Amino acid sequence: MNARGQYIAFRAILVKEVLRFTRIWVQTVLPPMITTALYFVIFGRLIGSQIGDVHGFQYMQYIVPGLILMSVITNSYANVVSSFYSAKFQHNIEEMLVAPVPNYLIMLGFLGGGLARGMAVGFAVTLVALLFTPIPLYNLWVAISVLILTSILFSLGGLINAIYAKSFDHISIVPTFVLTPLTYLGGVFYSVAMLPPFWQDVSLVNPILYMVNAFRYGLLGVTDVHLGVAYLAIIGFIAGLFMFALYLLNRGHGIRT
Amino acid sequence: MVSALSIQQLGKTYKNGVTALHGIDLEVAQGDFFALLGPNGAGKSTTIGIASSLVNKTSGKVKVFGHDLDTELAAAKACIGLVPQEFNFNVFEPVEEVLVNQAGYYGVPRRLAFERAERYLNQLGLWDKRHEQSRNLSGGMKRRLMIARALVHEPRLLILDEPTAGVDIEIRHSMWNFLAEINKAGVTIILTTHYLEEAERLCRNIAIIDHGRIVENTNMRKLLSQMDTYTLALDLSQPLATAPTLPGFVSHLVDDHTLEVEITRNASINDLFAVLSTKNIAVVSLRNKTNRLEELFIRLVGNNKGNAA
Repeated sequence: MNARGQYIAFRAILVKEVLRFTRIWVQTVLPPMITTALYFVIFGRLIGSQIGDVHGFQYMQYIVPGLILMSVITNSYANVVSSFYSAKFQHNIEEMLVAPVPNYLIMLGFLGGGLARGMAVGFAVTLVALLFTPIPLYNLWVAISVLILTSILFSLGGLINAIYAKSFDHISIVPTFVLTPLTYLGGVFYSVAMLPPFWQDVSLVNPILYMVNAFRYGLLGVTDVHLGVAYLAIIGFIAGLFMFALYLLNRGHGIRT
Repeated sequence: MVSALSIQQLGKTYKNGVTALHGIDLEVAQGDFFALLGPNGAGKSTTIGIASSLVNKTSGKVKVFGHDLDTELAAAKACIGLVPQEFNFNVFEPVEEVLVNQAGYYGVPRRLAFERAERYLNQLGLWDKRHEQSRNLSGGMKRRLMIARALVHEPRLLILDEPTAGVDIEIRHSMWNFLAEINKAGVTIILTTHYLEEAERLCRNIAIIDHGRIVENTNMRKLLSQMDTYTLALDLSQPLATAPTLPGFVSHLVDDHTLEVEITRNASINDLFAVLSTKNIAVVSLRNKTNRLEELFIRLVGNNKGNAA
């Protein structure tokens, strides 16, 4: 397949993936908007008003970056894990496997779908946040790059989960028992500086902490971790997971007998 | 001329230890309409799965129009259109989108993909359903959708794994005509089916696979000419209490109005009717008890069971 053919194949997968989640926007884009609105009402307005400033920002403003990133993480992951596993379950993944489209393009197509949903939800949640509080923008490039890289990283996570999954239970285990705790403990609602020293050290092994803080730096200009370390961690994880996912696809793990 | 499909010493052992293929050899010539028959679990779908790269082979070589699956996988895949046994499209996608997406995976530009989708959906009587979610189609329509999808990138080799399973007679016949037409237009077709009438009517060459081994691989006409005997079922105008003695023929009474008579290759139906006349037995109608290929198939597979035992 020549370069043009590969571009067409990639675009076909990407368009299919984008159409999939936009067609069911009530299930994919609307819920995170409502959840975020509830977070703002409860944690931001009701409880947040009792909490003082954090790093010089109102509590409501302080949690905005974390809430946006949390939605991006959850939705990027959910999009790829559900789409790829459904394709496996219904066997329509075979439509791609019998075609001359290389495995890395299949991967990029699904990642593109996860990224598109992550960005769409991130944008929608940002609009909701703006209804409650003004959002400063300290460094646009940092904010956007962290958002995109995080979305790619968790799309890759969703893909690997889907490759291994053998039932619908398996695609909910990781989001429920790994992703959600890591996200909540990743400094979405607090600064790690508020924790006792021991738990500060423990928090540093949580990769989501770096992403939340890097994104918070992009919007608010404050962070608990070094920005360079955050970028290094995110890009390192992406490279590692990309190679691993490609290895699994090339071996046909879970998709070829 | 290079074969459309060339299989040499193809072996497959699954992870659970089951050996589905024991080093089979198969050649399908370009332009052929080829039947790959066998009982359930014989290895047909495994063979097709390996050729279309959905199943990893354990050993052997597979070439599609000269493209080796091990070294020129993309080129080999581009030549094949696959109609699998099970429905495997996204049931939530509209019919037209199923085809356009599939064309895209083969690098067919979007505009051309829409043109071809229109053409094949029209030819297979699905154009009116193009905006319908594919899960809302009837069983026969779903089968036709899979054929249209397999053709949208215009493959040189079309592989159909039981394409007419569960399809009513009328649609089955229209599908046969359609397949015969595209074969006439130059597309090589490999067909697996449990409807042996279908294979006999459509296919020129045939392989029978059983327990992962090819037990017969020949020309359809040659195979049918191997038949030493066949059985005719006669509907009688008057009831009979016992089976009559018909010199030169073996007969038995199925019920008082139905007589089955075995005809050997050397005998003729004229001889049979001459004997029946002498016995004053009037026949209202006659038919083959089973399809000729079906009789041969049962014998070949039965012999193989004996050998395997």
